[in-house]
Amino acid sequence: MLRCKKLTCVREDRVLFKDLSFVIKPGEIVQLEGPNGVGKTSLFRLIVGLSIPYDGLISWQGTSINDDREAFYQKLLYLGHKTGIKPELSALENLQFFQHLQPCHENIDLWDILAKVGLAGYEDIITAQLSAGQQRRVALARLWLNDCPLWVLDEPFTAIDKSGVNVLENLFLQHAARGGIVLLTTHQDLSLDEKQLSKITLKKPQDNFYV
Amino acid sequence: MFKVFIQVVSKELKGAFRRQSDILNPVWFFIIVVTLFPLGIGTDPILLARIAPGIIWVAALLAALLSFERLFKDDFIDGSLEQLMLMPHPLSWLVSAKVFAHWLLTGLPILFVSPLLAVFLAMEPTTYFALFLTLLIGTPILSLLGAIGVALTVGLRKGGILLSLIMLPLSIPILIFSTMAIDAAAYGQSYLGLLALLGAMLVTSITLAPFAIAASLRVSVS
Repeated sequence: MLRCKKLTCVREDRVLFKDLSFVIKPGEIVQLEGPNGVGKTSLFRLIVGLSIPYDGLISWQGTSINDDREAFYQKLLYLGHKTGIKPELSALENLQFFQHLQPCHENIDLWDILAKVGLAGYEDIITAQLSAGQQRRVALARLWLNDCPLWVLDEPFTAIDKSGVNVLENLFLQHAARGGIVLLTTHQDLSLDEKQLSKITLKKPQDNFYV
Repeated sequence: MFKVFIQVVSKELKGAFRRQSDILNPVWFFIIVVTLFPLGIGTDPILLARIAPGIIWVAALLAALLSFERLFKDDFIDGSLEQLMLMPHPLSWLVSAKVFAHWLLTGLPILFVSPLLAVFLAMEPTTYFALFLTLLIGTPILSLLGAIGVALTVGLRKGGILLSLIMLPLSIPILIFSTMAIDAAAYGQSYLGLLALLGAMLVTSITLAPFAIAASLRVSVS
Protein backbone atom coordinates (compact mmCIF):
# COMPACT_ATOMS: atom_id res chain seq x y z
CA MET A 1 0.00 0.00 0.00
CA LEU A 2 1.35 3.36 -1.01
CA ARG A 3 0.26 6.32 1.03
CA CYS A 4 1.02 9.98 0.34
CA LYS A 5 0.08 12.34 3.08
CA LYS A 6 -0.19 16.12 2.67
CA LEU A 7 2.52 16.34 0.04
CA THR A 8 3.71 19.75 -0.99
CA CYS A 9 6.10 20.18 -3.87
CA VAL A 10 7.97 23.39 -4.54
CA ARG A 11 10.06 23.92 -7.66
CA GLU A 12 12.05 27.12 -8.20
CA ASP A 13 10.06 28.94 -5.48
CA ARG A 14 6.79 28.00 -7.15
CA VAL A 15 4.28 25.71 -5.52
CA LEU A 16 3.39 22.89 -7.89
CA PHE A 17 0.86 21.22 -5.61
CA LYS A 18 -0.05 21.50 -1.97
CA ASP A 19 -1.54 19.12 0.62
CA LEU A 20 -1.88 16.26 -1.83
CA SER A 21 -2.98 13.08 -0.08
CA PHE A 22 -3.95 9.72 -1.54
CA VAL A 23 -3.72 6.01 -0.86
CA ILE A 24 -3.15 3.36 -3.51
CA LYS A 25 -4.06 -0.19 -2.56
CA PRO A 26 -2.69 -3.42 -4.05
CA GLY A 27 -4.39 -4.34 -7.32
CA GLU A 28 -5.01 -0.78 -8.45
CA ILE A 29 -4.01 0.84 -11.71
CA VAL A 30 -3.83 4.58 -11.26
CA GLN A 31 -3.38 7.13 -13.99
CA LEU A 32 -2.06 10.52 -13.03
CA GLU A 33 -3.33 13.17 -15.39
CA GLY A 34 -3.07 16.89 -15.86
CA PRO A 35 -1.70 19.45 -18.29
CA ASN A 36 2.02 19.84 -18.99
CA GLY A 37 4.01 21.45 -16.23
CA VAL A 38 1.54 20.65 -13.49
CA GLY A 39 4.00 18.46 -11.61
CA LYS A 40 3.30 14.88 -12.65
CA THR A 41 6.94 13.96 -13.08
CA SER A 42 7.83 15.88 -9.93
CA LEU A 43 5.26 13.87 -7.99
CA PHE A 44 6.69 10.62 -9.33
CA ARG A 45 10.20 11.65 -8.38
CA LEU A 46 8.96 12.36 -4.87
CA ILE A 47 7.23 8.99 -4.67
CA VAL A 48 10.31 7.04 -5.74
CA GLY A 49 12.53 9.08 -3.42
CA LEU A 50 14.66 10.80 -6.05
CA SER A 51 13.65 14.18 -4.65
CA ILE A 52 12.60 15.14 -1.18
CA PRO A 53 9.18 16.71 -0.60
CA TYR A 54 8.99 20.26 0.73
CA ASP A 55 6.43 18.97 3.19
CA GLY A 56 4.49 15.77 3.76
CA LEU A 57 5.17 12.08 4.01
CA ILE A 58 5.27 9.14 1.61
CA SER A 59 5.01 5.69 3.07
CA TRP A 60 5.09 2.18 1.67
CA GLN A 61 3.41 -0.54 3.79
CA GLY A 62 3.28 1.89 6.68
CA THR A 63 7.00 2.79 6.72
CA SER A 64 8.30 6.10 5.44
CA ILE A 65 10.27 5.45 2.25
CA ASN A 66 13.26 7.40 3.55
CA ASP A 67 13.54 5.19 6.64
CA ASP A 68 14.37 2.06 4.73
CA ARG A 69 15.30 2.93 1.18
CA GLU A 70 16.76 -0.43 0.22
CA ALA A 71 13.69 -2.37 1.38
CA PHE A 72 11.47 0.03 -0.55
CA TYR A 73 13.61 -0.26 -3.69
CA GLN A 74 13.28 -4.05 -3.48
CA LYS A 75 9.62 -3.48 -4.29
CA LEU A 76 9.86 -0.60 -6.75
CA LEU A 77 10.31 -0.42 -10.47
CA TYR A 78 10.54 3.12 -11.84
CA LEU A 79 10.77 4.00 -15.51
CA GLY A 80 11.27 7.68 -16.14
CA HIS A 81 11.34 9.92 -19.20
CA LYS A 82 14.94 8.92 -19.62
CA THR A 83 15.01 5.20 -20.22
CA GLY A 84 18.12 4.29 -18.22
CA ILE A 85 19.31 2.11 -21.08
CA LYS A 86 23.00 2.35 -21.93
CA PRO A 87 23.29 3.18 -25.64
CA GLU A 88 26.66 1.46 -26.08
CA LEU A 89 25.44 -1.89 -24.74
CA SER A 90 23.17 -4.33 -26.56
CA ALA A 91 19.57 -4.95 -25.49
CA LEU A 92 20.56 -8.25 -23.94
CA GLU A 93 23.48 -6.79 -21.97
CA ASN A 94 21.30 -3.98 -20.67
CA LEU A 95 18.70 -6.43 -19.38
CA GLN A 96 21.33 -8.75 -17.93
CA PHE A 97 22.61 -5.88 -15.83
CA PHE A 98 19.16 -5.17 -14.40
CA GLN A 99 18.55 -8.88 -13.91
CA HIS A 100 21.58 -9.13 -11.66
CA LEU A 101 20.89 -5.99 -9.67
CA GLN A 102 17.16 -6.13 -9.06
CA PRO A 103 14.80 -8.76 -7.67
CA CYS A 104 13.55 -10.78 -10.62
CA HIS A 105 11.33 -13.71 -11.45
CA GLU A 106 13.31 -16.91 -11.24
CA ASN A 107 14.26 -19.01 -14.26
CA ILE A 108 13.42 -16.33 -16.71
CA ASP A 109 14.84 -16.34 -20.20
CA LEU A 110 15.90 -12.91 -21.42
CA TRP A 111 15.61 -14.02 -25.05
CA ASP A 112 11.93 -14.86 -24.45
CA ILE A 113 11.31 -11.47 -22.92
CA LEU A 114 12.98 -9.63 -25.77
CA ALA A 115 10.86 -11.64 -28.20
CA LYS A 116 7.76 -10.64 -26.22
CA VAL A 117 8.52 -6.94 -26.58
CA GLY A 118 9.08 -7.42 -30.31
CA LEU A 119 12.85 -7.28 -30.33
CA ALA A 120 13.56 -10.80 -31.58
CA GLY A 121 16.57 -10.59 -33.85
CA TYR A 122 17.77 -7.34 -32.29
CA GLU A 123 19.22 -8.85 -29.11
CA ASP A 124 22.86 -8.29 -29.94
CA ILE A 125 22.60 -4.93 -31.66
CA ILE A 126 23.95 -1.91 -29.83
CA THR A 127 20.92 -0.04 -28.47
CA ALA A 128 22.17 3.27 -29.89
CA GLN A 129 21.43 1.83 -33.33
CA LEU A 130 17.82 0.94 -32.48
CA SER A 131 14.91 3.29 -33.13
CA ALA A 132 13.41 5.41 -30.35
CA GLY A 133 10.46 3.04 -29.99
CA GLN A 134 12.72 0.01 -29.86
CA GLN A 135 14.92 1.64 -27.21
CA ARG A 136 11.80 2.33 -25.16
CA ARG A 137 10.84 -1.34 -25.61
CA VAL A 138 14.17 -2.44 -24.17
CA ALA A 139 13.40 -0.38 -21.07
CA LEU A 140 9.85 -1.72 -20.90
CA ALA A 141 11.13 -5.29 -21.11
CA ARG A 142 12.09 -4.82 -17.47
CA LEU A 143 8.38 -4.99 -16.61
CA TRP A 144 8.39 -8.67 -17.56
CA LEU A 145 11.68 -9.28 -15.82
CA ASN A 146 11.05 -7.80 -12.38
CA ASP A 147 8.79 -9.10 -9.70
CA CYS A 148 8.45 -5.76 -7.90
CA PRO A 149 4.86 -5.02 -6.82
CA LEU A 150 5.02 -1.24 -7.31
CA TRP A 151 5.44 0.07 -10.84
CA VAL A 152 5.86 3.80 -11.31
CA LEU A 153 5.88 4.56 -15.02
CA ASP A 154 6.35 8.06 -16.35
CA GLU A 155 5.00 8.25 -19.92
CA PRO A 156 5.64 4.57 -20.68
CA PHE A 157 3.90 4.75 -24.07
CA THR A 158 6.15 7.40 -25.60
CA ALA A 159 7.16 6.22 -29.09
CA ILE A 160 5.31 2.91 -28.66
CA ASP A 161 2.97 1.78 -31.45
CA LYS A 162 -0.70 0.83 -30.96
CA SER A 163 -0.22 -2.92 -30.70
CA GLY A 164 2.56 -2.30 -28.19
CA VAL A 165 0.20 -0.19 -26.08
CA ASN A 166 -2.35 -3.03 -26.09
CA VAL A 167 0.24 -5.56 -24.93
CA LEU A 168 1.26 -3.22 -22.14
CA GLU A 169 -2.33 -2.63 -21.01
CA ASN A 170 -2.84 -6.37 -20.75
CA LEU A 171 0.35 -6.64 -18.77
CA PHE A 172 -0.88 -3.92 -16.37
CA LEU A 173 -4.12 -5.86 -15.85
CA GLN A 174 -2.19 -9.07 -15.10
CA HIS A 175 0.05 -7.18 -12.71
CA ALA A 176 -2.95 -5.68 -10.91
CA ALA A 177 -4.59 -9.11 -10.76
CA ARG A 178 -1.48 -10.42 -9.01
CA GLY A 179 -1.92 -7.69 -6.41
CA GLY A 180 0.56 -5.24 -7.89
CA ILE A 181 0.22 -1.48 -8.19
CA VAL A 182 0.64 0.42 -11.44
CA LEU A 183 1.00 4.17 -11.26
CA LEU A 184 1.42 5.84 -14.62
CA THR A 185 1.13 9.05 -16.58
CA THR A 186 0.18 9.20 -20.21
CA HIS A 187 -1.52 11.60 -22.56
CA GLN A 188 -2.94 8.73 -24.61
CA ASP A 189 -6.43 7.35 -24.06
CA LEU A 190 -6.27 3.99 -22.37
CA SER A 191 -8.73 1.28 -23.34
CA LEU A 192 -9.13 0.20 -19.69
CA ASP A 193 -12.60 0.88 -18.25
CA GLU A 194 -13.42 2.74 -15.05
CA LYS A 195 -13.53 -0.35 -12.89
CA GLN A 196 -9.97 -1.17 -13.75
CA LEU A 197 -8.50 2.30 -13.82
CA SER A 198 -8.61 5.06 -11.26
CA LYS A 199 -7.39 8.57 -11.93
CA ILE A 200 -5.70 11.30 -9.99
CA THR A 201 -6.05 14.66 -11.68
CA LEU A 202 -3.66 17.49 -10.94
CA LYS A 203 -4.98 20.93 -11.84
CA LYS A 204 -3.12 24.13 -12.40
CA PRO A 205 -3.56 26.44 -9.42
CA GLN A 206 -5.83 29.41 -10.26
CA ASP A 207 -3.18 31.91 -9.36
CA ASN A 208 0.39 30.97 -8.70
CA PHE A 209 1.13 31.47 -5.07
CA TYR A 210 4.62 31.79 -3.75
CA VAL A 211 6.28 30.67 -0.56
CA MET B 1 27.18 -7.96 -2.49
CA PHE B 2 30.39 -8.60 -4.44
CA LYS B 3 28.36 -9.90 -7.36
CA VAL B 4 26.74 -6.47 -7.60
CA PHE B 5 30.14 -4.78 -7.46
CA ILE B 6 31.46 -6.99 -10.25
CA GLN B 7 28.34 -6.43 -12.36
CA VAL B 8 28.68 -2.65 -12.14
CA VAL B 9 32.40 -2.78 -12.94
CA SER B 10 31.92 -5.10 -15.90
CA LYS B 11 29.10 -2.94 -17.31
CA GLU B 12 31.36 0.12 -17.09
CA LEU B 13 34.26 -1.69 -18.75
CA LYS B 14 32.09 -3.11 -21.53
CA GLY B 15 30.68 0.34 -22.26
CA ALA B 16 34.12 1.93 -22.25
CA PHE B 17 35.63 -0.64 -24.61
CA ARG B 18 32.87 0.11 -27.10
CA ARG B 19 33.89 3.76 -27.04
CA GLN B 20 37.63 3.50 -26.94
CA SER B 21 38.31 7.20 -27.37
CA ASP B 22 37.14 7.62 -23.79
CA ILE B 23 40.01 5.49 -22.53
CA LEU B 24 42.64 6.60 -24.99
CA ASN B 25 42.12 10.37 -24.95
CA PRO B 26 43.23 11.01 -21.35
CA VAL B 27 46.28 8.79 -21.83
CA TRP B 28 47.25 10.54 -25.05
CA PHE B 29 46.77 13.87 -23.33
CA PHE B 30 49.03 12.70 -20.49
CA ILE B 31 51.78 11.57 -22.90
CA ILE B 32 51.60 14.74 -24.99
CA VAL B 33 51.69 17.13 -22.04
CA VAL B 34 54.75 15.37 -20.63
CA THR B 35 56.58 15.34 -23.97
CA LEU B 36 55.94 19.06 -24.45
CA PHE B 37 58.22 19.92 -21.53
CA PRO B 38 61.53 18.69 -23.03
CA LEU B 39 60.57 20.48 -26.22
CA GLY B 40 59.85 23.70 -24.38
CA ILE B 41 62.71 23.91 -21.89
CA GLY B 42 65.47 22.01 -23.66
CA THR B 43 66.88 18.54 -23.27
CA ASP B 44 69.40 19.01 -20.47
CA PRO B 45 69.12 15.64 -18.67
CA ILE B 46 69.98 17.02 -15.24
CA LEU B 47 67.31 19.72 -15.43
CA LEU B 48 64.75 17.26 -16.80
CA ALA B 49 65.45 14.64 -14.14
CA ARG B 50 65.07 17.39 -11.52
CA ILE B 51 61.62 18.50 -12.66
CA ALA B 52 60.35 15.14 -13.97
CA PRO B 53 58.32 14.11 -10.87
CA GLY B 54 56.46 17.40 -10.81
CA ILE B 55 55.73 17.27 -14.53
CA ILE B 56 54.45 13.71 -14.49
CA TRP B 57 52.28 14.32 -11.45
CA VAL B 58 50.75 17.54 -12.73
CA ALA B 59 50.10 15.90 -16.10
CA ALA B 60 48.48 12.91 -14.37
CA LEU B 61 46.29 15.32 -12.41
CA LEU B 62 45.17 17.15 -15.54
CA ALA B 63 44.56 13.90 -17.41
CA ALA B 64 42.44 12.67 -14.51
CA LEU B 65 40.48 15.93 -14.56
CA LEU B 66 39.84 15.47 -18.26
CA SER B 67 38.38 12.02 -17.70
CA PHE B 68 36.13 12.82 -14.75
CA GLU B 69 33.37 14.32 -16.78
CA ARG B 70 32.30 10.95 -18.12
CA LEU B 71 32.17 9.31 -14.69
CA PHE B 72 28.55 10.32 -14.01
CA LYS B 73 27.63 12.73 -16.81
CA ASP B 74 26.64 10.15 -19.46
CA ASP B 75 24.71 8.17 -16.87
CA PHE B 76 22.94 11.33 -15.79
CA ILE B 77 21.93 12.12 -19.36
CA ASP B 78 20.63 8.67 -20.32
CA GLY B 79 18.89 8.03 -16.99
CA SER B 80 21.10 5.16 -15.77
CA LEU B 81 22.14 7.27 -12.81
CA GLU B 82 18.53 7.51 -11.61
CA GLN B 83 18.18 3.76 -12.03
CA LEU B 84 21.41 3.18 -10.12
CA MET B 85 20.06 5.31 -7.27
CA LEU B 86 16.89 3.20 -7.18
CA MET B 87 18.67 -0.14 -6.90
CA PRO B 88 18.03 -2.14 -3.74
CA HIS B 89 21.70 -1.88 -2.80
CA PRO B 90 23.63 0.81 -0.89
CA LEU B 91 24.37 3.65 -3.27
CA SER B 92 27.82 4.16 -1.73
CA TRP B 93 28.73 0.59 -2.66
CA LEU B 94 27.51 1.00 -6.24
CA VAL B 95 29.42 4.24 -6.72
CA SER B 96 32.57 2.62 -5.29
CA ALA B 97 32.30 0.10 -8.11
CA LYS B 98 31.94 2.90 -10.63
CA VAL B 99 34.96 4.74 -9.24
CA PHE B 100 36.99 1.53 -9.27
CA ALA B 101 36.09 0.99 -12.92
CA HIS B 102 37.04 4.61 -13.63
CA TRP B 103 40.44 4.04 -12.04
CA LEU B 104 40.97 0.89 -14.09
CA LEU B 105 40.26 2.91 -17.22
CA THR B 106 42.26 6.04 -16.44
CA GLY B 107 44.66 5.49 -13.54
CA LEU B 108 45.97 2.13 -14.65
CA PRO B 109 46.86 3.17 -18.23
CA ILE B 110 48.83 6.09 -16.78
CA LEU B 111 50.80 3.61 -14.67
CA PHE B 112 51.48 1.55 -17.77
CA VAL B 113 52.84 4.41 -19.85
CA SER B 114 54.83 5.98 -17.03
CA PRO B 115 58.05 3.94 -17.69
CA LEU B 116 58.16 5.35 -21.21
CA LEU B 117 57.83 8.89 -19.89
CA ALA B 118 60.48 8.26 -17.26
CA VAL B 119 62.86 7.47 -20.13
CA PHE B 120 61.83 10.66 -21.95
CA LEU B 121 62.65 12.69 -18.87
CA ALA B 122 65.95 10.95 -18.10
CA MET B 123 64.84 9.60 -14.71
CA GLU B 124 67.03 7.17 -12.76
CA PRO B 125 65.52 3.69 -12.23
CA THR B 126 65.35 4.14 -8.43
CA THR B 127 63.60 7.49 -8.82
CA TYR B 128 61.24 5.97 -11.32
CA PHE B 129 60.39 3.17 -8.92
CA ALA B 130 59.37 5.77 -6.32
CA LEU B 131 57.31 7.60 -8.95
CA PHE B 132 55.55 4.37 -9.84
CA LEU B 133 54.68 3.69 -6.21
CA THR B 134 53.32 7.20 -5.65
CA LEU B 135 51.22 6.95 -8.81
CA LEU B 136 49.97 3.54 -7.73
CA ILE B 137 48.78 4.93 -4.39
CA GLY B 138 47.93 8.43 -5.56
CA THR B 139 45.78 7.89 -8.66
CA PRO B 140 43.02 5.99 -6.79
CA ILE B 141 42.83 8.93 -4.34
CA LEU B 142 42.45 11.29 -7.30
CA SER B 143 39.64 9.15 -8.71
CA LEU B 144 37.80 9.11 -5.39
CA LEU B 145 38.19 12.85 -4.74
CA GLY B 146 37.28 13.67 -8.30
CA ALA B 147 34.15 11.55 -8.04
CA ILE B 148 32.94 13.72 -5.15
CA GLY B 149 33.45 16.81 -7.31
CA VAL B 150 31.68 15.22 -10.27
CA ALA B 151 28.80 14.08 -8.10
CA LEU B 152 28.37 17.66 -6.85
CA THR B 153 28.45 19.20 -10.31
CA VAL B 154 26.68 16.54 -12.39
CA GLY B 155 23.35 18.36 -12.46
CA LEU B 156 24.87 21.65 -13.58
CA ARG B 157 24.95 22.56 -17.23
CA LYS B 158 28.53 23.83 -17.24
CA GLY B 159 30.09 22.00 -14.34
CA GLY B 160 33.52 21.48 -15.92
CA ILE B 161 35.28 24.61 -14.65
CA LEU B 162 33.64 24.35 -11.25
CA LEU B 163 34.83 20.76 -11.06
CA SER B 164 38.46 21.82 -11.59
CA LEU B 165 38.07 24.55 -8.97
CA ILE B 166 36.79 22.01 -6.44
CA MET B 167 39.10 19.20 -7.41
CA LEU B 168 42.53 20.82 -7.92
CA PRO B 169 42.92 22.39 -4.44
CA LEU B 170 41.88 19.09 -2.86
CA SER B 171 44.61 17.24 -4.70
CA ILE B 172 47.42 19.55 -3.51
CA PRO B 173 48.37 17.33 -0.51
CA ILE B 174 48.74 14.29 -2.77
CA LEU B 175 50.92 16.28 -5.13
CA ILE B 176 53.14 17.55 -2.30
CA PHE B 177 53.69 14.20 -0.63
CA SER B 178 54.22 12.37 -3.91
CA THR B 179 56.84 14.76 -5.22
CA MET B 180 58.54 14.82 -1.80
CA ALA B 181 58.74 11.03 -1.86
CA ILE B 182 60.21 11.04 -5.36
CA ASP B 183 62.73 13.75 -4.44
CA ALA B 184 63.76 11.74 -1.40
CA ALA B 185 64.30 8.72 -3.65
CA ALA B 186 66.38 10.83 -6.04
CA TYR B 187 68.70 11.82 -3.17
CA GLY B 188 68.93 8.21 -2.03
CA GLN B 189 66.97 8.78 1.19
CA SER B 190 64.22 6.57 2.58
CA TYR B 191 60.76 7.61 1.43
CA LEU B 192 58.72 4.95 3.18
CA GLY B 193 57.27 7.44 5.65
CA LEU B 194 55.90 9.62 2.87
CA LEU B 195 54.45 6.60 1.10
CA ALA B 196 52.81 5.59 4.36
CA LEU B 197 51.22 9.04 4.58
CA LEU B 198 49.90 8.66 1.04
CA GLY B 199 48.63 5.21 1.98
CA ALA B 200 46.80 6.71 4.95
CA MET B 201 45.16 9.24 2.62
CA LEU B 202 44.15 6.40 0.32
CA VAL B 203 42.59 4.39 3.15
CA THR B 204 40.75 7.46 4.43
CA SER B 205 39.37 8.28 1.02
CA ILE B 206 38.37 4.67 0.27
CA THR B 207 36.40 4.50 3.51
CA LEU B 208 34.83 7.97 3.49
CA ALA B 209 34.59 9.15 -0.11
CA PRO B 210 31.87 6.67 -1.24
CA PHE B 211 29.48 8.09 1.37
CA ALA B 212 30.27 11.64 0.30
CA ILE B 213 29.77 10.69 -3.36
CA ALA B 214 26.42 9.01 -2.63
CA ALA B 215 25.19 11.98 -0.59
CA SER B 216 26.30 14.47 -3.25
CA LEU B 217 24.53 12.48 -5.95
CA ARG B 218 21.29 12.47 -3.98
CA VAL B 219 21.52 16.26 -3.71
CA SER B 220 22.49 16.82 -7.35
CA VAL B 221 19.90 14.56 -8.93
CA SER B 222 16.90 15.75 -6.90
